[in-house]
Amino acid sequence: MRIFAQLFSSLDETNKTTQKVQILKEYFVSVADEDKIQTLALFTGRKPKRQINSTLVKNWAMEMAGIPAWLFEESYQVVGDLGETIALLLPQAIETQDKSLSDWIAEINALSPLSEAEKKAWLISAWQSMDQQERFVFNKILTGSFRVGVSQSLIIKALSEISGLETQVLTHRIMGNWDPATFSYSQLIQETDGSEDISRPYPFYLAYAIQETSSQSKTAKEINSALGNTEDWQAEWKWDGIRAQAIQRKGEIFIWSRGEDLATDKFPELHPFLSELPEGTVLDGEAICFADNCPLPFSVLQTRIGRKNLTKKILAESPMAFIAYDCLEFEGEDIRHLPMKERRAKLELLQKNSSHQHIFRLSPVVNFNSWDELFEMRKRSREEYAEGFMLKKLDSPYLVGRKRGDWWKWKVDPLSIDAVMIYAQKGHGRRADLYTDYTFAVWDQDKLVPFAKAYSGLTDKEINQVDHFVKRNTLEKFGPVRTVKPHLVFEIGFEGINKSSRHKSGVALRFPRIMRWRQDKKIEDADTIETLKEFLQ
Amino acid sequence: MLSKPLLEFNDNGIYCAAGNFYIDPWRPVKDAIITHAHSDHAKWGHSHYLSHTLSREVLKYRLGDINLETMDYGQTCIRNGVQISFHPAGHIIGSAQVRIEYKGEIWVVSGDYKVEDDGICEAFEPVKCHSFISECTFGMPVYKWKSQEFIYEEMNKWWRQNLEEGKTTVLVGYSLGKAQRILQGLDMSIGNVYTHGVIENTNEALRRNGVQLNPTIRVTPETNREEMRKGLILCPPSSVGTPWMRKFYPYSFGYCSGWMALRGAKRRRAADRGFVLSDHADWDGLISAIKATECETVYLTHGYTASFSRYLSEIGYDAHEAHTLYGGDEANELDEDPVKLVNQDGEVIEKPEEDSTPQKVLSDSEKSIALKKAKKAGGAL
Repeated sequence: MRIFAQLFSSLDETNKTTQKVQILKEYFVSVADEDKIQTLALFTGRKPKRQINSTLVKNWAMEMAGIPAWLFEESYQVVGDLGETIALLLPQAIETQDKSLSDWIAEINALSPLSEAEKKAWLISAWQSMDQQERFVFNKILTGSFRVGVSQSLIIKALSEISGLETQVLTHRIMGNWDPATFSYSQLIQETDGSEDISRPYPFYLAYAIQETSSQSKTAKEINSALGNTEDWQAEWKWDGIRAQAIQRKGEIFIWSRGEDLATDKFPELHPFLSELPEGTVLDGEAICFADNCPLPFSVLQTRIGRKNLTKKILAESPMAFIAYDCLEFEGEDIRHLPMKERRAKLELLQKNSSHQHIFRLSPVVNFNSWDELFEMRKRSREEYAEGFMLKKLDSPYLVGRKRGDWWKWKVDPLSIDAVMIYAQKGHGRRADLYTDYTFAVWDQDKLVPFAKAYSGLTDKEINQVDHFVKRNTLEKFGPVRTVKPHLVFEIGFEGINKSSRHKSGVALRFPRIMRWRQDKKIEDADTIETLKEFLQ
Repeated sequence: MLSKPLLEFNDNGIYCAAGNFYIDPWRPVKDAIITHAHSDHAKWGHSHYLSHTLSREVLKYRLGDINLETMDYGQTCIRNGVQISFHPAGHIIGSAQVRIEYKGEIWVVSGDYKVEDDGICEAFEPVKCHSFISECTFGMPVYKWKSQEFIYEEMNKWWRQNLEEGKTTVLVGYSLGKAQRILQGLDMSIGNVYTHGVIENTNEALRRNGVQLNPTIRVTPETNREEMRKGLILCPPSSVGTPWMRKFYPYSFGYCSGWMALRGAKRRRAADRGFVLSDHADWDGLISAIKATECETVYLTHGYTASFSRYLSEIGYDAHEAHTLYGGDEANELDEDPVKLVNQDGEVIEKPEEDSTPQKVLSDSEKSIALKKAKKAGGAL
């Protein structure tokens, strides 16, 4: 565990990717194979099941540290991370041990039959044998909150350089349902793919945004000079659902979300069409709510994603469809290398043969003759219930991960409104002990009504300035939240807006974020609730 | 029993009505007693200053030609029948706790302090009193320092490693206090220590005061870059991200501060290495210091005053938050007033309140003005 904890802090201490890869390589060659695969599992979000709930962990830590609950809470506010707070508060270790990462994970996994008292005794003796950095990493694993500031592609790169396997091959092999307890490092790196996992999805191909922000809006001319001839490109609407990969192999079906969550059970409406597909078919598309031949807003889909049980009512209110846009496996063969127009032809064939065409839909190809024409059409995206366009090169293969060049997303500019900051709360992680999470309000007559929370969009320098302002202009404190003197105005961008009975303002925004700090505006210049509600139409 | 408290907090600072003097006032007053030379404690514009002998040259360097009287630890002076004496605070060279005695009542103002003996300044000495005015910059139980020997060892190891990798070692710490402490903790057999102008000016002031410091070389445009690669460069936080620092590329840069104890703060600084080295007392240090005074009443000045006073109340003290301008509640990031950046000599002074402001945020134009002025005065380069 000490080596793993050391890996974690070494990765923390550099921002340079080449150095991160080097650190990972040195780590991987220095540890046993079980630790290699456990590390890979942790770094790709495959955490061991949480065996002790965090309230108990907290209570036992307070007891061991000898501090009252309120002081623990305030310490947590300062540190911004539970695992780290506990690591810092506990008294120094009284012994040491040399258990490996896999040893500890095995112990965690064996906890479930133990009584609460036994778990407590185990945890306290574990804490007593670890230094601060070990405790921190251990706590993160134990409480199921392990995250690391290293992208999957860097780990793949390190493993690829060690094993000699191509990065695309490794990326595919670590997709899907595997468990570090049964999948070994030697299986991962053997010459031919040893996996018998029929559920395994392909890595998603992700597009970059053609324009990063609305303030850098691209003209049709710029698009033309960047992408060239329109005849080489296919445009589709960018749908506002959940990107999903639908698999039918050996009569079994699987639906994976882009976050690599197996979501088959969430979408029972999609099962009949999937089961009917020929064996060995994998489709890429959008799971989206659909009624009367028309996509429904994302908020409808949102109501069902979080549910454990899909009641009849929910199924009736949020009927699902699958808008397919690519075919990755056909007749049991991986066809990702074929040009898109050939893959599209196979997809169209599958759809044509389906007896569930109202559920299994094709993402229509949008015809256009010039970028000017498409530019104009893009402005109508919201009327088409889309977020803009996807542009795909007709001869493009289906690549792995986020790549530039062949696929682009061209999103519609976000909606925006000028609002006043009225509450602030401290952030977490890198933003711990800094006021970075804000609540914004617009005018309702002479009162400010809160309507959105946002915590991204400012530069570090601006965050420092706002933090400084908050600390000196606090009107009241409610636990971690501060009421701030209304003074600062920000332009808030958002993707969509819906009526909401749960919010004071009567509306809920989709993906609100700070577009810019309007230092040129006074609070009187902020928008009103009426302006905001006009977006509802 | 006195009719009113011996010391009170008013708009100017900590005031003793009976003696008609202030301790660390933040507005110009007639009679100021200064605990130490960091500039949130030693402000410009008072008619008369009283400080510890070892603060003399630094105060003159920072504040110019002031009317200054000095006194050693243990010596006593009287103002209107109020007895005043200095006692080691262990914070930086020349830092003093101020003991005030009047009609049998004793108050102590800690200024800033740490309890670990750093071997450079006189070690902290608890002073028995009825009321104690204490700082609590790191008054949360998550702050627990490791011994300085451990930190020095890490630091020297890192320097050696950079040397092997062909990188310049750049270490950031406040110019008064932290810089000298680092300097004494370095293994001088590894290489030369180069100093940023602001730090070297401070070192020179201290040497004029008779303080023995390890040898240092001031960085000037003529300093040999190749030689510097093997050495270690000490510079203040204000130089982070400036063209001055970029010239040393490729380098590895380390940040020395108590705030480095938290991962979030460390990542924000984006330093290659964070060394948790503070000249303030940690949680256990604060509590042991307060206990050792055997006081009944505690006033908390800067840092986590609300949480710390609540905790002290729970363990039986009559504890109060005091509102001062020494950083203020949680003000650990930003400086209020950029005017302070440059002293009368036109030299750059980084935000001086030691640890409690790890990062100075200046606009680029402010930075370039400050740098230009400093260059003219021969300070920064």
